[in-house]
Amino acid sequence: LTRSRKRVAGADDAGRRRFLQHSGALTLGFYLSPTALLSGRALAQAPAAQSTPMVFEPNAFVRIRTDGSVTVIAKYLEMGQGVFTGLATLLAEELDADWNDVFVEGAPADVTRYINSALGMQGTGDSTSMASAWQQMRQAGATARAMLVAAAAQQWNVPIDSITVSNGVVAHLASERRTRFGFLTPAAAALPVPATVTLKDPAQFKLIGSPLLGRKDSRAKTRGSALFTQDLKLPDMLIAVAAHPVRFGASVTSFDATAAKAIPGVVDVVQFPGDAYRPGGVAALAANTWIAKQGRDALQIQWDESQASHAGSDDILARYRSLAQLPAATDTAAASTAAPDPVASTTAAAGTAAPAAPLPVSVARSSGDASVFRSGQLQWVEALYELPYLAHAALEPMNCLVQLTTQDVSIWNGEQLQTADQQAIGKFLGMAPEQVHITPLYAGGSFGRRGNPHADYVLEAVAIAQAAAAAGHRVPIKLVWTREDDMHAGYYRPAFVHAIRAGLDASGALVAWQQRSVGQSVLAGSPFASQISDGVDPSSVEGSAEPYPIANLRIELITPTDVGVPVQWWRAAGHSHTAFATECMIDELACAAGSDPYRFRRGLLASQPRALAVLDLAARRAGWGSPLTANGPQDRRGRGIALHVSFGTCVAEVAEITVGPAGRLQVDRIVCAVDCGMPINPNVIIAQLQGAIAYGLAATLTQAITLVDGVVQQDNFDRYMPLRMAQMPPIEVFIVPSRAAPTGVGDVGTPPIAPAIVNAVFDATGQRIRRLPLAAQVAGVLT
Amino acid sequence: MRSFMVNDRPVTVDVPDEMPLLWVLRDELGLTGAKYGCGRSLCGACTVTVDGQPTRSCVTPVAAVDGKLVVTVEGLEADRTAAAVQDAWVRLAVVQCGYCQPGQIVSAVALLRANATPSDADIDAAMNGCVCRCGTYLRIRAAIHEAARVLAA
Repeated sequence: LTRSRKRVAGADDAGRRRFLQHSGALTLGFYLSPTALLSGRALAQAPAAQSTPMVFEPNAFVRIRTDGSVTVIAKYLEMGQGVFTGLATLLAEELDADWNDVFVEGAPADVTRYINSALGMQGTGDSTSMASAWQQMRQAGATARAMLVAAAAQQWNVPIDSITVSNGVVAHLASERRTRFGFLTPAAAALPVPATVTLKDPAQFKLIGSPLLGRKDSRAKTRGSALFTQDLKLPDMLIAVAAHPVRFGASVTSFDATAAKAIPGVVDVVQFPGDAYRPGGVAALAANTWIAKQGRDALQIQWDESQASHAGSDDILARYRSLAQLPAATDTAAASTAAPDPVASTTAAAGTAAPAAPLPVSVARSSGDASVFRSGQLQWVEALYELPYLAHAALEPMNCLVQLTTQDVSIWNGEQLQTADQQAIGKFLGMAPEQVHITPLYAGGSFGRRGNPHADYVLEAVAIAQAAAAAGHRVPIKLVWTREDDMHAGYYRPAFVHAIRAGLDASGALVAWQQRSVGQSVLAGSPFASQISDGVDPSSVEGSAEPYPIANLRIELITPTDVGVPVQWWRAAGHSHTAFATECMIDELACAAGSDPYRFRRGLLASQPRALAVLDLAARRAGWGSPLTANGPQDRRGRGIALHVSFGTCVAEVAEITVGPAGRLQVDRIVCAVDCGMPINPNVIIAQLQGAIAYGLAATLTQAITLVDGVVQQDNFDRYMPLRMAQMPPIEVFIVPSRAAPTGVGDVGTPPIAPAIVNAVFDATGQRIRRLPLAAQVAGVLT
Repeated sequence: MRSFMVNDRPVTVDVPDEMPLLWVLRDELGLTGAKYGCGRSLCGACTVTVDGQPTRSCVTPVAAVDGKLVVTVEGLEADRTAAAVQDAWVRLAVVQCGYCQPGQIVSAVALLRANATPSDADIDAAMNGCVCRCGTYLRIRAAIHEAARVLAA
């Protein structure tokens, strides 16, 4: 908290300094802001940036023009989660702006002004946006308000505290004088920026918490006028469609572009280099995307597969299962530091079955007495949970527009990790990060994919633009991936196996939990690798056994480094797999203890009032314990519950399902309760929870990325099935009222849904499912 | 050379006959409302109407629309049904990332023109081809009902 406050103050100071520098040089303190300049040069998207250059900009987050328009500068990527609306709500609340006058614009890449204090860089992720902007955006709004009030007081020659502001109207009630923001901006801009401002008491909030506040991006997105990277066209721009190797790790030996270049409209074909984390390839360039794809498809390429991965996902998971074996209860090796590696056949050199060296076992968390794990006095429950690779499959496939000059490079992108991408691009081109200008556009979904730890698709676009420039095409280049390119490109949610042994004492209390998790690290080798500590990538283990207090706990991690499948955070990152293992095991323990799954969790959470309240709310609203009526004589109905805390937000979900004749599974109803601190926009929160549940349902029921001999088996939405409307169950979301500081809502709905469904299947059938997706194990899923 | 109507405008394009309508609209005519999501008629983001029928433009060769009327999300602006649908979308805060929504809107408008009072099952049947990865389906369904009510009033 201290760290975050310090950063916020620093950003404000920087804003003030810039303001003073500029205001000293210009009459009345107006200046054309750097953000307006950038967007003006970039595209005519910024509302009237050049026609009305006179702007009151007291800090980096708000511009008020003489026409009264309030432009909020959003430092986070709008990828559907409603962050533009949320940031604007915070600022407009303290500004007392008329919500209809508020517009939102994405911030350029500039870490000094737009750092995410929770991530330590400019970027969007880990559901940190509202939590990290909560103070900052309100302070920015309050600062602007204070200056407008001071300007009015000066003009009317009345005391500052006699001025009121409401809905964008500044008034002195005693003298019945009123004016709007736009008329005060010249005077306000000439005033010093106050060092401190007082924020509202939450009881005074009008916008924050309002269920009536609409999204700022609704109108443009329903008209089809919202601009995505896919839509942006610059003069002379060429589309690049790239050929990638079929297997990870392969590279181009040679290629023949004769047939591709013979296609009318194909402008050129260029080869581009890869690196350790990104394949090189060959791209066809054309003004039309379809022509470029025709060109790409006509390329004859010889690939060097000597370094290619031939891994099969079945082999990978079999190896993980073997590695995850926990020492037997009587084995003194409970504190082992290495695990025997069963096979080397999943590594790059297929077929060379040299005995593999043991893999190190790292300890992520440990507490209590290790000797308890060998106790014969406890009732032990042991299970192994298994989760597949998953693609993000955002509906807008990855794409990126690059304009390269000799001095700098401009990027237009649904940009999620500005600072890391600037550094990666700068390093690739031999430029300083500041020479990498990034204009953010709406992202057609991301679910983590656009924040690639190795800047993969962004660097690919830059590499192609560089190759195109070398071939004489000094024009804007937009890389466009097809759906198949996107699905084959890797950077999947890592497959994981979690083995858990948990012990109940004679009273049925959970007193021991030993877990061994096996899966690839997302952070290893990336600029974020410094977060790996003692061999533990926190995103591999976050959420395990949480939030339950367990006296004797040991969570171990094995991180294979030779798998050869690129991995990346997916929605809710590590929580997407750890919550499954944890909440399934809690259910199994409840069963072993002869307890009701809800009441068993209640017992465990007795010392955690927030989690308990969320659990109780979900159970009450779901009618936990009430009988479920079957539609047909062969229907078996069931209810399952799961609770998880991620990114500071607690969510409980209750699933009701029917297993019909021939094992056909139907999800009938989901009830969800959430405590995310003070709800900023309840309507957006409900939508995020519903959407995250739908996203998680598809992964629970059918989705998996599988590999055979190194080749990804899913190409498109026929074999990697998204949830469709007819499969969408009713989802009721209930928000716990709270005055606590807000926490995130974008990720948090996903982790509990898979265990809630699986626990409901057990309730209905007595069948424990410990492997996702369900499709292979319950007949008729989604058919 | 193929000639057809797009929204209220006659157009003639000189592209290969097999070029999908989607890329003619987006890259030749500058109408970027219809989106690319799958290229195989699996997601519905590219949905436009051809002579009133919802059509996946990503698999429709331009030759197949010769002489026909194509309406994209941009062409819906002045239409009463479309206005009711778009207003309901805004009122119910349907959109999240928004990438699929042009296809959803065009499909919803076509549904309401054919069926003024669709049931949930009618809506599911008409909209099931339009994928929303953000999972806005419940609000889409509610917004279609809302638009139907407004249009009936």
